[in-house]
Amino acid sequence: MTLAEMQFQMPDLRLASAEIFMLLMACLILILDLFVKDRKRTVTFVATQLTLIGAAVVTFATSSGEIAYTFSNMYVGDLMGDLLKLLLYLTVIVVLFYSRGYILEREQMARGEYYSLVLFATLGMMVMISANHLVTVYIGLELLSLSLYALVAMNRDSVPATEAAMKFFVLGALASGLLLYGMSMIYGATGTLEITTIAERLYTGQADKSILVFGLVFLVSGLAFKLGVVPFHMWIPDVYHGAPTAVTLFIATAPKLAAFAMVIRLLVNGLIVLAQDWQTMLILLSVLSMAIGNIAAIAQTNLKRMLAYSAISHMGFMLLGMVTGVVGGDARFALNAYSSSMFYVITYVLTSAGTFGMILLLARGGLESDELEDFKGLNKRSPWFAAVMMMMMFSMAGVPFFVGFFAKFSVLQAVVAAGYLWLAIVAVLFSLIGCFYYLRVVKIMYFDQPTNTAPIVAPMDMKILMSANGLAVALLGIFPQALMSLCAFSLLRSL
Amino acid sequence: MSGTPLLSLAIWVPILAGFVVLATGSDRNAPLARMLSLIGAVAGLLVTIPLYTGFDMRTPAMQFVELATWIPRFNVNYHLGVDGISMPFVILNSFITVTVVLAGWQVIDNKVAQYNAGFLIMSGLLNGIFSALDGVLFYVFFEASLIPLYLIIGIWGGPNRVYAAFKFFLFTLFGSLLFLLALLYLFINSGGSFAILDWHQLPIGMSAQTWLFLAFLVAFAVKVPMWPVHTWLPDAHVEAPTGGSIVLAAIALKLGAYGFLRFSLPIAPDASHELSGLVIALSLIAIIYIGFVALVQEDMKKLVAYSSIAHMGFVTLGFFMFSAMGIEGALVQMISHGFVSGAMFFAIGVMYDRAHSRQIADYGGVVNTMPKFAAFFMLFAMANAGLPATSGFVGEFMVILAAVDYNFWVAFAAASTMIVGAAYTLWMYKRVVFGAVANHHVADLTDINAREFLVFVLFAIGALGMGLYPQPFTEVMHSSVNELLRHVALSKIQ
Repeated sequence: MTLAEMQFQMPDLRLASAEIFMLLMACLILILDLFVKDRKRTVTFVATQLTLIGAAVVTFATSSGEIAYTFSNMYVGDLMGDLLKLLLYLTVIVVLFYSRGYILEREQMARGEYYSLVLFATLGMMVMISANHLVTVYIGLELLSLSLYALVAMNRDSVPATEAAMKFFVLGALASGLLLYGMSMIYGATGTLEITTIAERLYTGQADKSILVFGLVFLVSGLAFKLGVVPFHMWIPDVYHGAPTAVTLFIATAPKLAAFAMVIRLLVNGLIVLAQDWQTMLILLSVLSMAIGNIAAIAQTNLKRMLAYSAISHMGFMLLGMVTGVVGGDARFALNAYSSSMFYVITYVLTSAGTFGMILLLARGGLESDELEDFKGLNKRSPWFAAVMMMMMFSMAGVPFFVGFFAKFSVLQAVVAAGYLWLAIVAVLFSLIGCFYYLRVVKIMYFDQPTNTAPIVAPMDMKILMSANGLAVALLGIFPQALMSLCAFSLLRSL
Repeated sequence: MSGTPLLSLAIWVPILAGFVVLATGSDRNAPLARMLSLIGAVAGLLVTIPLYTGFDMRTPAMQFVELATWIPRFNVNYHLGVDGISMPFVILNSFITVTVVLAGWQVIDNKVAQYNAGFLIMSGLLNGIFSALDGVLFYVFFEASLIPLYLIIGIWGGPNRVYAAFKFFLFTLFGSLLFLLALLYLFINSGGSFAILDWHQLPIGMSAQTWLFLAFLVAFAVKVPMWPVHTWLPDAHVEAPTGGSIVLAAIALKLGAYGFLRFSLPIAPDASHELSGLVIALSLIAIIYIGFVALVQEDMKKLVAYSSIAHMGFVTLGFFMFSAMGIEGALVQMISHGFVSGAMFFAIGVMYDRAHSRQIADYGGVVNTMPKFAAFFMLFAMANAGLPATSGFVGEFMVILAAVDYNFWVAFAAASTMIVGAAYTLWMYKRVVFGAVANHHVADLTDINAREFLVFVLFAIGALGMGLYPQPFTEVMHSSVNELLRHVALSKIQ
């Protein structure tokens, strides 16, 4: 290669303008915060929210609906990515509103770094969503993970939080190692790190299958860790439980969207030819997750821990949609299956945000409110918020008319369509077991007498948002069509 | 009345009324909540009247049909319609809701708005189940109706209410989840349709039919409930407040039986014939064994709960003999049981409100202090025992007649247990009502007030009217039942 051929080519920055905007703003806010004297850091808070709104505007404005690559094919812009990013901003905005009261009451957390870290994590997720290169995936993932480690540890004086951060970091590093090892194997077999090129080379059969499958095992293990499915779930309960609730809320929502995108990018965009192999692995992960997640959740007395196990089972259920895309080499069902998974993960994020938001709503005066006992007799204290929490619980249990039902419905439909009837039976039986602990939360709120009769004090914005969240769970449960077709359409234009 | 979406009104009027009642908030507004609930319940009943008056008895086709797309992605439609089988239950349900609101009028003084709203919303959901012609719509109503009853049992129930509420919810959910898979299987194999009427025409192989039938059987058997999955019912009944027991017995149990007619028989006719022996055996066990179980109960509510299971045994028995007499008898039995068991639970509730006991042993000589009550209780006890001139007789008699045609020994077994039915009901009645005044609690009882009198009269009109002149009830069923039988006689195996 001569020097003339190595000319620097300016990449098309327009495609990645949302990421660039986010990076600039995150750095700016870091500096801006140095000059904020206000203990409540209202300026930082507002600037962060405006950044997210600005990113949404940029993403919306630059979305072409076509698949386009830039940065030497390391970055892809497509409709699925744009949709997930818009939902990501929305989730983060909601998370910040829910967390505000909680972090203001904790001195260690009420700092500008909180907002910058959240923005950097968001940037990491945006990079993951738009990655078309194994290194890009990894960079995005690490940016997210490192920000999250710091967020979990932010409440420095809290022993459980520090312990959780340590566990999260050690296990996260291990998972990153697994992922990198898998990536290197795939590089060895195909000679490229570009996801679309990997797919081409696999398709034309220019790759050594045995090395590939070997690498795939590590790749799937790394993904499973990030999704938090059994047997790579160990960190989830400890981190969810130990982290400050505001951070748990963040971990339990937005990264699920990014993890879903990562699964699509790596397994579907890159390794669809190996679908039979990774589907078999995912079936195992999925069934184990539903089993262990649902059964272990029954034994929990801490709501955050219970929801952690519930998250494991939900991610297992979500994976059911991913395993039914290709049946015997026939990809007819792919769109139906993957869009059902996407719908599932989006509705899960919506419900999860509401549930953790409710824990934050009840936590006041520097005290946590994350034990199941704390919800005793909520119906007496506030019928409306008890009803909102009840809607969340029934939605997670998959009872109509709440959106969780249609999420389960669409995934099960994909499973039955692909002919995996036994898998569907396993899934519904574990959902039945899972129903028990969601019902128990309803029981605690409605059938038990309150031990604490203090009325619920919360800022008006949070109350409004919480109510909107509850209504969204109910309304999407009655009119799921729009979101369902949005998922299907965006995937259709992106695969 | 074409153009008026009567079925939608029957569903959404009570549900909307429920939300309005909820909005009245705390118990300071309890009188307003009660008034609004009664208005909502009566309005809900009034909008169902045209379903009967405007009903065309000559056609088995669905009437008052409403069709709108709901979720085009899965071809799910908001598709409503009733035939002669489902229409009576919509009216019965709306009627029962009025009695339930009246039954809880003075008794419930804790979270009145939520209590009444729960029943109104449930009433709308139950109407939705009976009028849904789309599989998903049916399922959504079917499962959503668990929520209000779960809350009603759990909040206003007796001491062991939490156990009963969980058992009720999880048992029925177990059945309905398998049912959901059956619906999805049909959706895939019918080329993407959730229309129940399309599924009726869908050819299905024998093994698939058998699996479908078994999935339906689990779902509906739990709901009916049939032996051996009946154990949730006595618990739920004993713990539920009076209103909850009335709705549970009068309507919720009918859902399972209705499901057999709407799903099992027409979608899997060959499997239904093949496995009818199984269902008949289970029904006979329910009639005979549960009858004897009822005999030894010491708790009145438990006794009536077991007697409900035995009566529902007659219903499933009637369905699976595949004769017009059997099915119509079973349908009559379902409606009659709605009036009679509702009234029985109300009567027990009336005593419980005063003496706070449901134990038979705590009573005796109630007739001395509550003569008016004793008269009504007598009527419904007789109806429960299946005495001629009451509605209880008509259905059981028709089912037994059909059974004689089907198999003498089945008829013999079913008929001889009418004696057991009479024994447990009348023996309970004797121990509670007759004799000398047993203790000072009984001596302190006051007779029924005007509100309770009104509720009893409403139930009595149903029970006696149907017993003396059942034709208005049976004539609407004829064409639908005949069409169903014609359909079930055709094999779907190709």
